[in-house]
Amino acid sequence: MLINLSLGSVDIPFKSILQIITGSDNVKGQYIVLQYRLPKGITAVLVGSGLSICGLLMQTLFRNPLAGPFVLGISSGASLGVAILVFGIAVFSSSIAGIAFSNIGLALAASVGAFFVLSAVMLVAKKVKNTMSILIIGLMFGSFTAAVISVLAYFSSAEQLQQYVFWTFGSLGNLGWNEILILSIIYLGSVGLLITVVKPLNSLLLGENYAVSLGVNLKKVRNITLIVTGLLTGVITAFSGPIAFIGLAVPHLTKLLIKTSDHKILVPAVGIIGAVIMLASDTIAQLPNSEYTLPINAVTSLFGAPIVIWLLIRKRKIHY
Amino acid sequence: MSENLSNTIIQASDLSIGYKTGKKAIHVAENIDLSLYKGNLVCILGKNGIGKSTLLRTLTKVQPKLSGKIVLGGQNLETITNTELAKKMSLVLTERIPENNLSVYELIALGRQPYTNWVGSLTDDDYGHIDSAIAQTNIKGIIHKKYHELSDGQLQKVMIARALAQNTEIITLDEPTAHLDIHNKIEIFNLLKELTQELHKTILISTHEIHIALQIADELWLMNENGILSGKTQTLIENRSVAKLFSSDLVTFDLKSKQFIINNY
Repeated sequence: MLINLSLGSVDIPFKSILQIITGSDNVKGQYIVLQYRLPKGITAVLVGSGLSICGLLMQTLFRNPLAGPFVLGISSGASLGVAILVFGIAVFSSSIAGIAFSNIGLALAASVGAFFVLSAVMLVAKKVKNTMSILIIGLMFGSFTAAVISVLAYFSSAEQLQQYVFWTFGSLGNLGWNEILILSIIYLGSVGLLITVVKPLNSLLLGENYAVSLGVNLKKVRNITLIVTGLLTGVITAFSGPIAFIGLAVPHLTKLLIKTSDHKILVPAVGIIGAVIMLASDTIAQLPNSEYTLPINAVTSLFGAPIVIWLLIRKRKIHY
Repeated sequence: MSENLSNTIIQASDLSIGYKTGKKAIHVAENIDLSLYKGNLVCILGKNGIGKSTLLRTLTKVQPKLSGKIVLGGQNLETITNTELAKKMSLVLTERIPENNLSVYELIALGRQPYTNWVGSLTDDDYGHIDSAIAQTNIKGIIHKKYHELSDGQLQKVMIARALAQNTEIITLDEPTAHLDIHNKIEIFNLLKELTQELHKTILISTHEIHIALQIADELWLMNENGILSGKTQTLIENRSVAKLFSSDLVTFDLKSKQFIINNY
């Protein structure tokens, strides 16, 4: 299914031809597949499953169906980093601007921004006992950074605005093999760490007091979950832009399809469905056989939101 | 009967309970000296807002104490880790569980968490404890239902089954019969009494069901503005301590029927 989806996009090569290409033959086709299609497919899988798993954990931790990977203000942090880069640095020197607007420059700025906001939220969170307050603090940081971005945007030129807006559209195609390697390592490390909180998250389904009475070290679980999801979503956002919707909706979709609350089943299921949906969105975004591509961010929401609404109306009840 | 020290399972001395808001502490009750004895069914009685839940939450480490000392099984409560404590004491709380898709069986199985490995896989021993908890509470017919499909009475039994699966010596329950009809109330209290008699559990309940408590509890902890009075149920009835619990113009305590009776009727 994965191969099928990643191949069914853009140019002319058909499935059968491509399968030969991966072995030998056709230099042009091989180049497209190995340098463009395959990295993009892998990115879609990592991004889709990573964001979805983070979303699931956040929803359980905050016991809130509206929580997602970005509630801690990570995407706004990344956006702020990029905004400062695009709107700010370009003013001082056009020579830096050349480097700055490269993908690596944007990724770096986004990482720094995301990390900065995450640290700020974590610092405040340390002083707050109530998990719900952390959620609100995250949202407040989000609004704050959004406001700063608005101010920056107000004083910037049309080209800069466009540059920034393009980044916010999200893109899976900006990663070369080196970036994918970095993303994969961080993905595997994060998911590995998150597996250790699967058991305590199950007892958190009963509420915090019950979880503690079952021997859960709440602070530790909370910190691991927040830092790891923060890191993973931060890196994903840095490389592929603030991809909306997936992290919020995939956990709900999964729970509607698989009626369980056991995180041992949910985490892998959410990961797989997230990857599939991301691949599907990417395929749609490529507008197969046309030379236009839609912003990935628009596709995920454009097709995803109606599906979730339809599922909810049909099933009526939502659990988190 | 006289309880000796070795029979004590929880010992509180000079305990002060309440809340901390910022640097200010709000004392709900002070100078508390209490002993909980093994195998007893103990009911905490008192008016709304007098601190029954606070006391229960403090003794179970859900909430920190303000000062004083709590000893559980010879060990200072603060030095016991959460995981160790989870093997000694289980809770049934008043708070509702957040909405989710757990089945009754899964919910009860969560009671085994203190004993399972890092991914939480269940062993034969775990299944044994879960099954006997289900049998003891007589809920075999509903174990495959989702917990949000249950009635309040069924839910309370399931929460007790979960506490039983946790296989602890002590079970504490905070107003376990608050939303139940009289039939379910009595059923729950009978079940708890059985657990002390058959499985030698020590059970501590905060409750407003005075009439049931007076008939069923081995001991009462009576809370009022002046502090906490603990003792054998019969003793406290006879020395009129129970009668003083709600001394007002509204009700008087009838010794014969062990009931509060509304005045002017």
